Amino acid sequence: MYDFEPTEEQKMLIDWVKRFAENDLRPAAHEAEEKAEIPQSLVNKGWELGILQASIPEKFGGFGERSAVTGVLAAEEMAWGDLAAALAVMTPSLFALPILLAGNEDQQRAYLPPLVEGPWRPYTAALIEPAFDFDPLDLQTTAREQDDIFVIEGVKTLVPYAEGAEAFIVYANWEGRTQGFIVPAEIEGIDVQERCKLLGVNALPTYRVRFDQVRIPKGNLLGGLGRVNEHIGHEMAPLLAASRVALAALAVGLARAAFEYSRDYAKEREAFGVKIAQKQAIAFMLAEMATEIEAMRLLTWEAAWMIDQNLPEAPTRAYLALTGAADMAMMVTDRAVQILGGHGYIRDHPVEHWMRNARGITNLMAMV
Amino acid sequence: MISFQTPPHIQNMQNVLQMVAENMMRPVSRYYDEHEHEIPWDYINFIHEAMLQSGAGSLTPDENGKPRKGPRTFYQQLVFTIEMLSWGDVGLYLCTPGGGLGAAAVEATGTPEQKKRFLARFRAKKPAFGAMAMTEPHAGSDTSAIKTRAVLDPETNEWVLNGEKIFVTAGKKALEDTDGLIVVWATIDPEAGRAGMRPFVIEAGTPGIKITKLEEKMGIRASDTAAIVLQDCRIPYENLLGSPEVVRKKSTAAGFKGAMKTFDATRPAVSASAVGVARAALELLKEMLAQEGIQLRYGLPRQKLTNIEREVIDMEIMLRSAWLLTIKAAWMADNGKPNPLEASMSKVKAGEIVNKITQKAVELMGPLGYSREHLLEKWFRDAKISDIYEGTGQINRLIVARHILGYSGRMLR
Repeated sequence: MYDFEPTEEQKMLIDWVKRFAENDLRPAAHEAEEKAEIPQSLVNKGWELGILQASIPEKFGGFGERSAVTGVLAAEEMAWGDLAAALAVMTPSLFALPILLAGNEDQQRAYLPPLVEGPWRPYTAALIEPAFDFDPLDLQTTAREQDDIFVIEGVKTLVPYAEGAEAFIVYANWEGRTQGFIVPAEIEGIDVQERCKLLGVNALPTYRVRFDQVRIPKGNLLGGLGRVNEHIGHEMAPLLAASRVALAALAVGLARAAFEYSRDYAKEREAFGVKIAQKQAIAFMLAEMATEIEAMRLLTWEAAWMIDQNLPEAPTRAYLALTGAADMAMMVTDRAVQILGGHGYIRDHPVEHWMRNARGITNLMAMV
Repeated sequence: MISFQTPPHIQNMQNVLQMVAENMMRPVSRYYDEHEHEIPWDYINFIHEAMLQSGAGSLTPDENGKPRKGPRTFYQQLVFTIEMLSWGDVGLYLCTPGGGLGAAAVEATGTPEQKKRFLARFRAKKPAFGAMAMTEPHAGSDTSAIKTRAVLDPETNEWVLNGEKIFVTAGKKALEDTDGLIVVWATIDPEAGRAGMRPFVIEAGTPGIKITKLEEKMGIRASDTAAIVLQDCRIPYENLLGSPEVVRKKSTAAGFKGAMKTFDATRPAVSASAVGVARAALELLKEMLAQEGIQLRYGLPRQKLTNIEREVIDMEIMLRSAWLLTIKAAWMADNGKPNPLEASMSKVKAGEIVNKITQKAVELMGPLGYSREHLLEKWFRDAKISDIYEGTGQINRLIVARHILGYSGRMLR
């Protein structure tokens, strides 16, 4: 059957996250962006919502079952609050979800319980590289087999919380295939370099990281050394799909924030004797924004549902959802600034920040 | 629980309808496109028989003879059906017999007695058509500006209608080619504006109503689009749709609201039709590209995609999201949730994307797309009306805007 109604549990989760977003994320967002810093107490409070923990099975220390649909519902509300803080809270997922989805049982038992049962700690992933046409399936970072180890070499950028990280999943090109490698932070050769300064999402600390002949045990290949479809290691498609669908949901939340803010502004602001919302030019912009948000939300929900159903089309649909949602978020946030006119350009209002954030969506691929 | 599973009964229907589309529609698409005033009786008789057998196909739930177990899926089934038939040929789809918009109006505003009296003919052995006449030469989006007048003759207890209607889909089929009916919107009080509008049922064979023109159109040429003149057309008092209170009250917006309710119910159906046309174009484009050996590499970053890949990906996003908006609007109707916002959103989106997709598909196929050797150019022509009839894209944006702003019609014109 078709059904567009979340379950009662999902509704409760949405409610909790909404409240956190409104009461905690929103008030902190402006200063966090200006100072390029998120208070750790805020991140800890977000961690206690249990969004990641709810998608990890009990045997690995969580209390739930992984559901991309539930994740998407939560992600939208978090991003509505503040995208950077949402990403900060979710950073440990960059490490945990790939292990859950693609790790072998040894890796799951070793890494998941301490991460999931404890407080928020910076576990992260290094995927993106500083190339204009960065392609997760055509990486410049390499992994080379040498006796019983892998040697990883390359430069990554936009790595969240790299400084002080406990461990990374580093994605590297191993004989033409992108594979994830579990890299504990104490290993030699990890050079966390400068903090990235960006167009948006500045509150989230991200870094350029050089992996200089980093040597890891062979067993740290994500998925281990058993055979999966003629290859050792793991499939990338499920990880990319999970990340894309989550990012699409974040885009929807970000766009919704901008839409609501500009709609409310337009209902108050007067020009030519009426509220500007009463002028068709503005009203039509808002109508299209609302329609596109809903359109991309449904596309994202469907892709998430397909992931949960293990349908073969899921990875392609996730890709389409992210592509569509990213474009939509750019359009919506741009229009939101436009609707606020000159005031939209001033940093006192959040819309210019949201527009800067929107452009980042496609750059934030890192397995949220 | 959130789910996008097409239920088996709908999937089975789709499989059947796809065969209908491929075997009964596509082979004659070009013929009826080039013979605009010929009537596709083969298709009409076939689909009428098929619908009688299966109990499906009307635009209104209560006519559906066979009740199903489980949650209601009437409107979902309807949008799937219309999408597939329009994928086949939207002009021919509009020749599908049944109550159409006329029955929808009866359903939305008629009494139980009127529904029985007027709707039975659509389940008879021979196909019949229902049409709706609203638009006039000077009044399209502004429905309250219609001038067709209905005056009560107290001696004979008949309504006497005078006026002119244009753009009546299936008007000829309803009035002349079958034992059908037309629902004509007329005013009983010109001073009252919207409040004076009422729906009147005129059955085929009634004197005083005449088809004066059959339009020659850009597309959907298989569907007849009639201009109609009413000259002292007399109909029984009971042919005014609606309960006695509505009928008695001279000044009430209930009539107008009834009109709008009709459109709300049928709006997702029109969105579905647009999606079907768009899907046909996109699928043919992908087939033709595949024949040229052109790959579509999903998953690549934008910078590595060829222009064609980028365009096709964008079209897939447009198509799928328009379809999901449509299904959701239908699902809401099935679950008793008021859906005017979602219905209009689906129409805004579907009307826009079917044009973008068909235009882009013709462009990308160069001289082949432009040629009448392929149906692509026909679908480009068929597409345009989707953003115009049943509420233009602009009117639907207005409706969406009013809902999201909490504005009445007076506050946002």
